Amino acid sequence: MTSFDAIVIGGGHNGLVCASFLARSGRKVLVLEAESEVGGAGRGLEFAPGFRVSMAHLLNRLHPEIIRVLELEKHGFAPPMAVASGSTPTPNPSPQGGGGLAAVRLPQDLDKFEQEAATSSPSPLRGGVRGGGTSLAPNVVLSANADPLVLTGAYGETLDGISPAGAREWAEVRAQLFRYAGILKPLLARRPPALGGMALAETAALAITGLSLKRLGKEDMRDFLRVLLMNVADFVDEGLSDDRLKGLLAFDAVLGSHLGPRSPTSLLGLYYRLTGEIGGLPGAQLQPPGGMGAVMAALRKATERAGAAIRTGSAVGRILVENGRAAGVALADGEEIRAATVISAANPRTTFVDLVGSRHLDTGFVRRVQNIRMKGHAAKLHLALDRAPEFLGLPPEHRRGRLVIAPSTDYVEFAFNPSKYGEFSPEPAMEITLPSLDDPSLAPVGACVLSATVLYAPYALKEGWESGKPKLLEAILLVLERHAPGLRKTILHSELLTPVDIEQRYRMPGGHWHHGELQADQMLMSRPVFGAEGYDTPIDGLFLAGAGSHPGGGISGVPGMNAAKRILGMKA
Amino acid sequence: MRHFDGKCLSTRRALQPHFRKLKLDSPFQPRLDALNLQQAWYDWAGYKAPSALWDEELEYFAIRSQAAVFDISPMVKYRIEGEDAEAFLDRLTLRDVTKLKPGRVHYTAWCDDDGFVLDDGTLFRLSPTRFRLCCQERHLPWLLDSAPGFEVEIEEETETVAGLALQGPTSWSVLNAAGFAGSEKLKPFDIASFPHADGEVTISRTGFTGDLGYELFVDAKNALPLWDRLFEAGKLFGVRAIGYHALNTARIEAGLIVANADFVTAEHAIRQDRVRMPDEIGLGFMVDLKKPGYFNGRHAIENARKKGGPAHVLVGLEIEGNVPAEHAIVYHRKTREVGLVSAAIWSPLAKRNIAIVSLQRDYGKDGTADLWVEIYAMRELQYVRLMKRAKVVPRPFVKLDRRAATPPGAF
Repeated sequence: MTSFDAIVIGGGHNGLVCASFLARSGRKVLVLEAESEVGGAGRGLEFAPGFRVSMAHLLNRLHPEIIRVLELEKHGFAPPMAVASGSTPTPNPSPQGGGGLAAVRLPQDLDKFEQEAATSSPSPLRGGVRGGGTSLAPNVVLSANADPLVLTGAYGETLDGISPAGAREWAEVRAQLFRYAGILKPLLARRPPALGGMALAETAALAITGLSLKRLGKEDMRDFLRVLLMNVADFVDEGLSDDRLKGLLAFDAVLGSHLGPRSPTSLLGLYYRLTGEIGGLPGAQLQPPGGMGAVMAALRKATERAGAAIRTGSAVGRILVENGRAAGVALADGEEIRAATVISAANPRTTFVDLVGSRHLDTGFVRRVQNIRMKGHAAKLHLALDRAPEFLGLPPEHRRGRLVIAPSTDYVEFAFNPSKYGEFSPEPAMEITLPSLDDPSLAPVGACVLSATVLYAPYALKEGWESGKPKLLEAILLVLERHAPGLRKTILHSELLTPVDIEQRYRMPGGHWHHGELQADQMLMSRPVFGAEGYDTPIDGLFLAGAGSHPGGGISGVPGMNAAKRILGMKA
Repeated sequence: MRHFDGKCLSTRRALQPHFRKLKLDSPFQPRLDALNLQQAWYDWAGYKAPSALWDEELEYFAIRSQAAVFDISPMVKYRIEGEDAEAFLDRLTLRDVTKLKPGRVHYTAWCDDDGFVLDDGTLFRLSPTRFRLCCQERHLPWLLDSAPGFEVEIEEETETVAGLALQGPTSWSVLNAAGFAGSEKLKPFDIASFPHADGEVTISRTGFTGDLGYELFVDAKNALPLWDRLFEAGKLFGVRAIGYHALNTARIEAGLIVANADFVTAEHAIRQDRVRMPDEIGLGFMVDLKKPGYFNGRHAIENARKKGGPAHVLVGLEIEGNVPAEHAIVYHRKTREVGLVSAAIWSPLAKRNIAIVSLQRDYGKDGTADLWVEIYAMRELQYVRLMKRAKVVPRPFVKLDRRAATPPGAF
């Protein structure tokens, strides 16, 4: 039998990324995936005959180092061409006389992009709305009271459907947001700073350095610190007057967390979103050709190419611990596989409580793990439609964007209110994609897939999801029908995943796609909990590599990459 | 497994009613009330408990010369039962619970994640799957939060189980006269059950006096008949109820420590340097690094030992003169402050001035010379400052052969 240096539990994107990095450094790695297919929440599933979709439907933060090192392009992943249209990928000039342009440092240089754009072969991404350029998905805000607002390019480089004054406001706010998100970006990319044995002053100094605050002017630094823990509603009120823009920012700030726009610290969620980039474009997003499943397939190829073995249909029953050290895993069927290093890309609570077992851990640590807040608040709707829906006032070409029903801050806040008390939103906010428009293989000819992430659907619904689910579906369809009259008649099949369904299908406790609320108290060195931060655990030889670890969820691969670097760094 | 939701505070409150009354009555309260001529009460874990009933010195001598009855009902007690009870306790506490046989008791302690002592106490193994943990402080949340992953049921039984300590040279004779046939077979730390009223009484040969003695546990509803049974049988053996002052004198002679008197428990300490590891309070012998499994605080204790051990030691001290040195500061060469006395008495039995003291590690070795204790003796509204020579001596200060003699001495 083959022996392995390292076993990675969970073949989601973080597990695959971690395994690839380790295997590329010469480790013998085995990935164990419980399901029949790798990819986790990114894997494509057929939810109705001929209709395919994945839980995660937008790519907006896959780390460029991962794309580059794992050579994902060779394995079938096609990133968008950033600047082929000749427009600038940087935000519009800032109020500080152009300082904003300089302050946002793109991680890759522009020459390289232009080179790539010029030399790469035509990809299915070509020929998008910005002729000959990228196929970034625009953001579209749908409103019952106004025309749709279309943000094209990387998170609204240009706007369509707004007054010139509104556009000017947006340019300033957008530049400011990217400047500030850019400060947090390095902190979110690296292993979180360690607190152990460090004085408070040193920690503060490190945090300041980590934040690269020195890159800012004095005034900007003050303002960055002022707004850091603000709520997004107050923040957008300072700089914007268009309700649709405010609604979009409010929605993006709270998407995936148990916060409303007026909840303190909700602005952090928006920063998290904007620290993502695709093709060197901060804030950009795309619907990957072939769906997210195709990205996962590319990752799988890269992982296997790197030399890691992948076993699907192999659920891990427990992690073997001997003399306080990880010694391997026992599969659910009893088979034992031994390795000196075990990496869990599974949920932290699952890892410690179910797989390790509290008998190998300190009570206080287990108490913290049990108390990680991870009750999901988003539902996922999949509709099989017999034709592509038409949205009121929206030019058909913009349907391939990300359509957001969050026409104002208040709309999102009203949606949030009932969720505090265990009820779903009677008027849900949502983001909608129609993945089959970009990739017809996802639906039968002429038909269409609608994929929507819906806020708010609390995990612990007071009335229970058995009776609540049909009611939520009805509420969602009423909202959809308002924006796309006639849509209901075209539904061939619907699938609504509540957080409870998501929990069961994707092994995400609480149905929370970040594997733990992504709020200030569960970030950085407090993620997932003190004692397991920075990918280390109290068990020697056991590491975490999933979204439950710093920096958090979304298809970024950063936890997996950082965990691998941590493991490789320890031995070196 | 009986499921305890970690978040369900109301359940936890219902399980711990001790705070609802300012001072709870013991199941023996009617008897204590009748005997407490001094009306001297103190608060023991929320219970009204006697400091002294009529004369604390004579109560002390009841321990050493007769048979003393001390109500230990306020002692915090947990029933821990189930298939995994042994494994649960092995992970919770410092000693190897797999070595504790059914029908035996051991003295143990448990720590938090950082290796700081949460409490010490006695663990009774009543059957292969049933234990009773007795201690000073309440620990239900800690025990419940330690339970995930174990098939174990945890129940607070402080209120429902009454307890009496029967201590002193004639204590077995009292048991014998009370009809507890077979109790002579009990060796120190043995447990046995005996019929009593419509139930039974569990008798262990344990105590807090360093003397021959027993502890009796009974369902609270059968408490008063047990008291009456002992006092009826003990008439000719000098049986006498006692308060805490007398017991405290005996326990200091026996060199035994009390949580939150001789050390600050980890959950009570407000100042971060007041917490103590087992090695710092004389409980290092309990830390069983040979046991195969993990136990709470193990990493922290091992790491501290690797770094040369923790900063303090708890030792016995003998001080010249006869003035008790309670809470006095200990000096090296009369100048350098090196520790503090946590308990001190003039020992009536040893006829020595003794103390339990926490010292900085380097000054706590046997034979450390030049230790001094600064005693402030209040004499008619004036402090008399005494600087008395002291030396580290082994504990217990008093060792009695009758404590361990089996069969026990009869009168």
